[in-house]
Amino acid sequence: MNLQDIASQVRRDIVRMVHGVKSGHPGGSLGCTDLLVSLYFKHMELKTDDQGQVVFDMEGNNEDVFFLSNGHISPVLYSVLAHRGYFPVPELATFRKLDSRLQGHPATAEHLPGIRIASGSLGQGLSVAIGVALGKKLKGDSHLVYVLMGDGEQQEGQIWEAATFAPHHKVDNLIAFIDFNGQQIDGPTDKVMNNRDLGAKYEAFGWEVLHMDGNDYTSLDTVLTQAKGLAGQGKPIIIITKTEMGQGVDFMMHTHKWHGTAPNDEQLAKALAQLPETLGDY
Amino acid sequence: MKQYPYTDKKDTRSGFGAGMTELGRTNPDVVTLCADLVGSLKIDTFIQENPERFFQCGISEANMIGVSAGLAITGKIPFATTFANFGSSRVFDQIRQAVAYSNKNVKIAVSHAGLTLGEDGATHQVLEDLAMMKALPNMTVINPCDYNQTKAATIASANLEGPVYLRFGRPVIPVFIPEDMPFEIGKAITLNEGTDVSIFATGHLVWEALQACQILEDEGISAEIINIHTIKPLDTEAILASVKKTGCCVSAEEHQINGGLGESIAHTLVTNYLAPQEFVGVKDTFGESGTPDELMEKYGLKAASIVEAAKKAISRKSK
Ligand SMILES: Cc1ncc(C[n+]2csc(CCOP(=O)(O)OP(=O)(O)O)c2C)c(N)n1
Repeated sequence: MNLQDIASQVRRDIVRMVHGVKSGHPGGSLGCTDLLVSLYFKHMELKTDDQGQVVFDMEGNNEDVFFLSNGHISPVLYSVLAHRGYFPVPELATFRKLDSRLQGHPATAEHLPGIRIASGSLGQGLSVAIGVALGKKLKGDSHLVYVLMGDGEQQEGQIWEAATFAPHHKVDNLIAFIDFNGQQIDGPTDKVMNNRDLGAKYEAFGWEVLHMDGNDYTSLDTVLTQAKGLAGQGKPIIIITKTEMGQGVDFMMHTHKWHGTAPNDEQLAKALAQLPETLGDY
Repeated sequence: MKQYPYTDKKDTRSGFGAGMTELGRTNPDVVTLCADLVGSLKIDTFIQENPERFFQCGISEANMIGVSAGLAITGKIPFATTFANFGSSRVFDQIRQAVAYSNKNVKIAVSHAGLTLGEDGATHQVLEDLAMMKALPNMTVINPCDYNQTKAATIASANLEGPVYLRFGRPVIPVFIPEDMPFEIGKAITLNEGTDVSIFATGHLVWEALQACQILEDEGISAEIINIHTIKPLDTEAILASVKKTGCCVSAEEHQINGGLGESIAHTLVTNYLAPQEFVGVKDTFGESGTPDELMEKYGLKAASIVEAAKKAISRKSK
């Protein structure tokens, strides 16, 4: 199955999950779908058994690992993890419900395979990813650590502590992404708190900075391949990933309004009509 | 009373440093992080002997907690070190999400806790950290009382799977705990058996409690001195057994009374066995500059305050 078809199903899952509990964050999830599908279904080296089934262990030795720092876009991560085989797809129906392993924001307490740290309070994931990258180096494991952050999230001070730390300690087995959708809760990022030139900032901090269109599979493929090639050369890597919040559902695009709003029945039907069911709905 | 002679005076943070030196030699998984306070934390030897297992974080405590959580994911045993204020209140949300809720094997090891940090004053004198840390599910909270106990607690922390907040201090105080005294996390230590009042003390107040015990004995009062080094999980069994014998108690700590060890003991008593309790601790106020000794005196944390509290507790026992 090609990546676009998987993404279409993931987008269906996202709007259905959020609709199902009348809460959650569809906008960023839809925008980052192509990136997560590219990572988990193509670019990451994941641990599998003889049958090719992914196997999860907490330490993640000898495989690439991914961290979601902007934990509110949990729907996209849950759907991708489920379709990649980390847990049964029907479990997506439990999202945000009592006794579920699929908490509103990712958590480890319920032991959901694929999740290694809680996130939700923004600004922490880059630090955690750096720690994992250091741990891998100490163990002689040459696999990569990926971490996704929001662009609004860049306003958190801890990010810049981490951004200073990683080049200083030559954490070059780390590829970070900024979901550069230009939106956050209270409006466009430029209006809420202008981040200015994030690329120039990270460059000044000592990072290798790349740019990518996060909703274009050619760009994703080219830049992710390039980034992996730059690993191990003394610098941490960050990819400013241009995305469209709400990508794939026309009325959810070009606005911050769907950052954390659930569609009603009518809106759900309208959204699903734009997203072919490719792998079967949960 | 049982005597605790000492020949040496040392700071508890040096006990931490000694523990780290030993862990560096014996446990290859132990790694250390510090936020620009290496000298204060006494971890120079660990760093010298294991440079590849030390990560200087600069003055970035939030990042240090996150990096520690990441290292723990890979199976390492990170000790994140700084001053107690900057390793607790400064980074409470980072500890809450990435360490406690995520249940990571991170040891937050902090020095200069409480008033006895001295001259730097209230900005640095955290008196609320035990309250914050004991409120976190999954968190073990330890406040050892002298050099030897801090060294033992450091090593025990590394051997415990799960988040630990290990709090110690700056001033030089008697080394009175025998080097070979067994240390078990969560297990209180009875330093003196008595019958009239139980005194539950933690950290720097343990030595003061022993001084108080002598004063009380001279006045014909038999005090049981129990060292609660682990604030959480609390050794409720030892507490209840002692209070059932003595009928009243005093809690003594270098911390706000609000949210401290005393409140944990009160909770234990209220839900199990009612008995009068008096609280020795800081009474809802910030500290200030001064020598450690002056501050202990002014804020009522010396032996004399414990003696007074003990007498009051005894007087409140129902006849
Ligand atoms: C520390 C913290 N502060 C505030 C919030 C509330 N919050 C959740 S998402 C969000 C906006 C995030 O913006 P961005 O990173 O751009 O993500 P996007 O809206 O693009 O999904 C905010 C403020 C939070 N989760 N954590």
